[in-house]
Amino acid sequence: MDKFTRLTATACPLDVANLNTDQIIPARFLKRPRASGFGEALLHDLRFDAEGRERPDFALNRPPWRGARIIVGGRNFGCGSSREGAVYALYDYGIRCVIAPSFGDIFSGNAVQNGLLTAVVSDGDAAEIMATLAHAPELAVTVDLEQQTILCGNRSYRFAIDPVCRHRLLEGLDDIALTKSYRDRISAFKASDQRRRPWAAPVLGPAVPGS
Amino acid sequence: MNDPRTLIDKLWAAHEIVRREDGESLLWVDRHYVHEGSFHAFSRLAERGTGVAEPGLTFAVADHYVPTRGPRHHIANPEIARMVRQIEENAAKHGIRLFGLDDPRQGIVHVVGPEQGLTLPGLLIVCGDSHTSTHGALGAYAFGIGASEVAHVLITQTIWQRRPKTMRITVDGHAAPGVAAKDIALAIIAHIGAGGATGCAVEYAGSAIKALSIEGRLTLCNMSIEAGARCGMIAPDDVTFAYLKNRPYAPRGADFDRAVEAWSALTTDGDARFDREVSLAAARIAPIVTWGTSPEDALPIDASVPDPAREPDEARARYLREALDYMGIAPGRKLTEIAVDRVFIGSCTNSRIEDLRAAAAVLAGRTSKVPGLVSAGSMCVGMNGDLVAPGERCASTTNRNFRGRQGPGARTHLMSPAMVAAAAVTGRLSDVRPLLAGRKA
Repeated sequence: MDKFTRLTATACPLDVANLNTDQIIPARFLKRPRASGFGEALLHDLRFDAEGRERPDFALNRPPWRGARIIVGGRNFGCGSSREGAVYALYDYGIRCVIAPSFGDIFSGNAVQNGLLTAVVSDGDAAEIMATLAHAPELAVTVDLEQQTILCGNRSYRFAIDPVCRHRLLEGLDDIALTKSYRDRISAFKASDQRRRPWAAPVLGPAVPGS
Repeated sequence: MNDPRTLIDKLWAAHEIVRREDGESLLWVDRHYVHEGSFHAFSRLAERGTGVAEPGLTFAVADHYVPTRGPRHHIANPEIARMVRQIEENAAKHGIRLFGLDDPRQGIVHVVGPEQGLTLPGLLIVCGDSHTSTHGALGAYAFGIGASEVAHVLITQTIWQRRPKTMRITVDGHAAPGVAAKDIALAIIAHIGAGGATGCAVEYAGSAIKALSIEGRLTLCNMSIEAGARCGMIAPDDVTFAYLKNRPYAPRGADFDRAVEAWSALTTDGDARFDREVSLAAARIAPIVTWGTSPEDALPIDASVPDPAREPDEARARYLREALDYMGIAPGRKLTEIAVDRVFIGSCTNSRIEDLRAAAAVLAGRTSKVPGLVSAGSMCVGMNGDLVAPGERCASTTNRNFRGRQGPGARTHLMSPAMVAAAAVTGRLSDVRPLLAGRKA
C-alpha cells in the first residue's frame, strides 16, 4: 500500500449529505476484477447521463476539478453498503483524500486499507472550505497528515483522524503481516476460548438435509 | 465486585485477543459468512499464496447476484455466472461449507445464518455486507466489513477494531396493530438520522422490542446500519432460545441446555452505563413510509412531504428540493395521494415467512392494482436483473431508498410488508390500519 504523508492538489467540493456508496459506485460496476480499474465508475450516474454523456454541471466534470485528487464532501460521506469498490473507484480515479464532517464507519475502514485518507473536519470548516473553493476553484489545497492540517487559501484547518489509521497511512502498513506477529496470542486465545465457550462451535450438520 | 457491564461490553470482552496501547483490539471471529461478491478477497489470498485459517467457521452462499428467474445453473449474464462459479471453486478449494444454488437451504446470507442455527447468541459474526447487523437479533455482535477485511478474516480468523461507543435505544409500550418492526426501525432512523448512530454499537431494549418475534428483531437489527450503527443487537431471551432449539447447526440436547445457561447471562447489567441513550414510545409510532432518497426521510403515513419553501435552512431546503425532484413528488403533498407503479416484497430486511404472512393478511380476498414481485432475494441493489424502470415508483420492503438503488431513476418508498400490501390493493401509499379492521393481522 502507498504511504500518505502530504498532498497538494486541486480539491473538488461535493456538497451532498449522506452521499452513499451506491452513488459513489453503482452496484452494476462491482462485478469487475480490480485490475480492470474502477475510476470510470466513480460517481457514474452523477457524472454521466443515461446515454453516457458527461453532465457538464457536475462539479467533477468542470475543468478546474476534473482530475482533482481531493474531495470535500458533506456529512455521513460513504454511508450505506460495505462495498470496497467505492474506495477503489475514488482511488483509481486519483482521489487520495476525502475531507468531510463525518464518514460511514465501514467506508472509513475500507479507505485506510487502501491508502485513502478520510479527514474529519467540523461542519463549519467543511462549509468554509467549500465556499473558498467555489470562489477560487483552481486553488491548490495542501493536506498534511503528520501535522493533521488542511491548508486552503490563507487559512489552516485542523482535521481529526483515528491515530491508528493515521499511523497506518503514514507507514503504508499491511494489516495481515501485523496480525501474523500475534500468532501465539491467537492460538492461546483459541484454546482457552474453546473451553470457555464450547457452545460457540458450529455443530456439523449433514452436507445436505436428510442425507 | 465487577463493574456493571452492558451486553456490548460483555460480547467485546469475550472476543478480545489483544488490546494495543493505541486502542485497537484484535477480536476473534466465530462465524464468517462469505458470498459471491467476496471474490476480491479470495483474489488477495491467491496473490499471497495463502489459505483460509478456519474453514470450519466460514460459510459461503451465493445470494446477491443470483437471478430470480431462469435456470439457476445456466445464468445468462457471463459476469454473474463467473462470480457464482468463483465462490463455488473457492469454497471447494479452501474446504468451506457452501450452500450452493441447488441446495434447498440456499438463500440470502442474512436469512440462512439464523435459519440454520449458525447465528447464535454471544457470537462475533462478520460478513462482507453492511446488513450483517441483522444477526444481532439473536444476541450476536455482528457487523459488515469490506473486502480487505474479508481477506484478513479469511487468513487470520481475527479482525482489528476500535471499541465503539455504546448506545441503547429503548422502545417501551405496545405497538398498535399494523405497526411492525420495520415501522419501529424507520421511526428510530427518522428520529436520530441516517448518521445518528455512526461509530456506535447499538442495543435495542424495552418492552416493545422484547415483544417482537425473531423475524421482527431481524428486520430491526438489519436496519441498524441505515442509522449508521456498526452493529445492533437484542439480548437473547426465551423467544431466542425457542427459535434456536433444533436448528441444524445449533447445539443439541444437553449441550443446548448448557448453552442456554451461558446465553442467559448475555444481558446488560442493571446499572450499566451507555454513552448514549435514546427512548421512543411504541404507542406513538404509526405506520411509516419514506418519501425521499435517504432512510431518514421517513414520515408517518398520515403526514405530508416537506415543502422546501417553508424550510429556513438553505442547505436543507436544497436537499429537500433535490430529493422531491428525484422522487417526482410535489412539495407539501399528502403521502396518501402518491400513486405507485409497482410493489416489491423481499430483500434481507423483509423476506421471511412472517413478512409474507403480514402481507397476506392484508391481501387476502383483495386484488392488487399494480404489478408486484415477491422474492426471497432480488431487487435490493438492482444487481441481479430485477429492476424498477426509470421514473417508476415502487412501494418496497427493502432497506435503502437511495437514488438508483433499485435501478437507475427508480423511485423507492420503504415500508413494512403490510404497508406494501396496502399500497398494492389501493394503488397508492396507504395506511394499512383500516385495511386490517376486522382481520387478524
